[in-house]
Amino acid sequence: MPTITIDDVEIEVERGLTVLQACELLGKEIPRFCYHERLSVAGNCRMCLVEMDRSPKPIASCAMPVGEGMIIRTNTEMVKKAREGVMEFLLINHPLDCPICDQGGECDLQDQAMAYGFDKSRYLENKRAVKDKYLGPLVSTIMTRCIHCTRCIRFAQEIAGVPELGATGRGEHMEVGTYIEKALTSELSGNIVDLCPVGALTSKPYAFNARSWELEKTESIDVMDAIGSSIRVDTRGSEVMRILPRNNDNVNEEWISDKTRHACDGLKRQRLDRPYLRKNGTLTPVNWPEIISVVAQKLSNTNGEKMAAIAGNLSDCESMLALKDLMTGVGCNNLDCRQDNGAVGDVRASYIFNSTIAGIDHADAILIIGCNPRWEAPVLNARIRKRYLTGQLNIGLIGTKLDLTYKYQHLGDDPGSIDDLLAGSSEFSQILNKADRPMVILGSGAVARLDGAVILFKARQLAEKFEMISDDWNGFNLLQSAASRVGGLDLGFKPNNNSALDTLGILKAASSDKLDLIYLLGADEIDASKLGNAFVVYQGHHGDTGAHRADAILPGAAYTEKNATYVNTEGRIQRASMATLPLGDAKEDWSIIRAISGSMANPLPYDTIAQVRQRMIEINPVFSSIDEIVDIEWGIFGKDGTIDKETFEPAIKNFYMTDTISRASITMAECTATANGDVFAEVVSDD
Amino acid sequence: MNNSNHDPHDLEQFIFSEDTLAAANAEITKYPEGRQASAVMPLLDLAQRQCNGWLPRVAMDYVADFLDMPPIKVYEVATFYTMYNLAPIGKYHVQVCTNLPCWLRGSDDVTAACKKNLGIEFGQTSSNGDFTLSEVECLGACVNAPMIQINDDYYEDLDGITTASILTQLAIGDNPQTGSQVGRNSCEPTGGLTTLTEINIRGSGEE
Repeated sequence: MPTITIDDVEIEVERGLTVLQACELLGKEIPRFCYHERLSVAGNCRMCLVEMDRSPKPIASCAMPVGEGMIIRTNTEMVKKAREGVMEFLLINHPLDCPICDQGGECDLQDQAMAYGFDKSRYLENKRAVKDKYLGPLVSTIMTRCIHCTRCIRFAQEIAGVPELGATGRGEHMEVGTYIEKALTSELSGNIVDLCPVGALTSKPYAFNARSWELEKTESIDVMDAIGSSIRVDTRGSEVMRILPRNNDNVNEEWISDKTRHACDGLKRQRLDRPYLRKNGTLTPVNWPEIISVVAQKLSNTNGEKMAAIAGNLSDCESMLALKDLMTGVGCNNLDCRQDNGAVGDVRASYIFNSTIAGIDHADAILIIGCNPRWEAPVLNARIRKRYLTGQLNIGLIGTKLDLTYKYQHLGDDPGSIDDLLAGSSEFSQILNKADRPMVILGSGAVARLDGAVILFKARQLAEKFEMISDDWNGFNLLQSAASRVGGLDLGFKPNNNSALDTLGILKAASSDKLDLIYLLGADEIDASKLGNAFVVYQGHHGDTGAHRADAILPGAAYTEKNATYVNTEGRIQRASMATLPLGDAKEDWSIIRAISGSMANPLPYDTIAQVRQRMIEINPVFSSIDEIVDIEWGIFGKDGTIDKETFEPAIKNFYMTDTISRASITMAECTATANGDVFAEVVSDD
Repeated sequence: MNNSNHDPHDLEQFIFSEDTLAAANAEITKYPEGRQASAVMPLLDLAQRQCNGWLPRVAMDYVADFLDMPPIKVYEVATFYTMYNLAPIGKYHVQVCTNLPCWLRGSDDVTAACKKNLGIEFGQTSSNGDFTLSEVECLGACVNAPMIQINDDYYEDLDGITTASILTQLAIGDNPQTGSQVGRNSCEPTGGLTTLTEINIRGSGEE
């Protein structure tokens, strides 16, 4: 390991680090624009110049690998002058329009000009102006501000895997853009706004909405997919202004999907902000005491076996626990948190992503079955691509052929190909055989088929046959697409005995009027027309299919409005935080259910969220390990049988609209229209 | 330079002719397997020659597809180098060097002669579509300055009169003499040799 001296301090660093990284290890701040730790090194902004002994010129520290005996100085007169010079050049063609720029207040160029720049301008000539580019409904461009750091180009190519951005022209005529006018076709495109060190790329939906210093920042967890990305919710007053990623190397690194980032305008539309009761066929606003007594009475007076409860994709663990306790308390076991009828639930290893997301960095073979990770978990897909780019990963896909941003071997459209692999007849089974850390990723859509249990069984056989399970590696993964699913299954929110009904059974029984009361906890992805004559209680935050059918509506809180626990697809217990208060008369979800039980014979035995969480730990001890991966045992799951040769259907039909929040979002509607080729509609409305 | 909108001159489709295809495949074999994208510049040149001196977008897309590289990477190359023309040009592309050595040796006269003779300004194409006039940076023939490049040929040691004569000959379909217009073979001194004027075979002279 080379030893180098930085500002008279000796430090031994790993071989292959750059001078800039070594300086950071010592806490020396090196200004930079083009360098980004998750992207390749470009070395074109020249802001990171430092002095190196025996070098007549300053060196670009981001691109210089450390060498034995190097002597680096970061605080000399030469470095100061070099930085001032670079900054002066960068500002030559940068408009000084900070007061009207959305990046103002959180701009790298602004900050570094203050810290390292010259205090006045000597430039009197004309500045250049660049035509703005169209990059789709999410990214707004003011290209005159671009300093050509090429971070966005490298992100699109390396992380997002959609090489659509480039630098055309040369010298003063160089421009960053797509050359041919088109929207970026990435589900991660919003991240280039975060990466842009200046105000050239800014968020289109957030344009001119707020200044960074007016916003209150709350660290929380995303629920738009089952990854549970770490996010920061920026609010002003009672309004969620924007959502940004937080760095979390175990989950989302520092990226989030466009849905995570931009569906938040759906939080302001179609909201349920007061209780409603259906009177004479129309939903009528009522007050809390009335609706609670009506629902409590119905629950008390109905036979437990004639009731059912379904939890939706965005439900938090606290409310699912409370609802489960409430329903089982009145003798109802017809519970299900699997709106899609996924054939998983008993063994924890069968329904989580056992390898962990960070584990993808060590995998050397991945078999994807019936899953489109690019849509079901864009951030996880970027992780697969990252591993793929190291050249040490072989990927096979069984399912619909799609552009996943990396190359893979297409093994077949239908589950029949699993049998070929099990028979060891296909080429890919050799790859799996030789791999040290093979993985199988089973889509949630694959187990939601009628033969889901058989597919699950075969996938387990695959994992066992190719020795994917060992002491330090578990290569069996189910990629969930709903944020509530793992938590719900961990809490046992599913039919608890053989005679109890699952979602399919509930809908079947209800459509032939065999059920009298159905409690929907944010369940909107079921066919509400099949609920028959049952009295439907809908608890949730958006007026979607569930609320339309409901006889009683209990307004709950959206994920930004409550302190709640979610379990991501890896089985990682995470806590979301309340960024704003619930809208109008809405309440935190578990407390609504607690209030209903208060009007019944046996009130639920908890009054605070701490007590609810204690009860969660009693039911399943995993809930005591926050933000950790708990070691779990391998088990036997799935059911042997014959596979249906029907091709795998994607679990998600439209990436941008998968839940009540994103369906209510105007931005997501625009993204959908753009993705469907209806570009013109958006361009026109933009002006 | 960035004509991101639809160019009215843009062709509908492009495909390598048989000859070009053979030449393109020969270029690709110069690079290791999997590195065929390295051949992008010669292939763009071949495409440009096939399209009468300019690169329509379909041709760039075709080359990108041919080399299995993202189209934007081809656009980057094509827009960076001035030798690729992104709009239709005349039959003769007259490129006048106006950099310092040529300017000192009288490129202003050459420029004036071109403009007068062709009746167009820099960046324009004559009305009959025969000539396009461009101002270019150094073409590396400073020893024989001033000079112009017309299509693949250099014309050197110019002045206003010789320039006009070359253009006139081209206009009537003649083939003007390429290279130096003052009779130099290469870049030897114009007034004859000033040194090494006599042959001194080693050993024949006085020691």
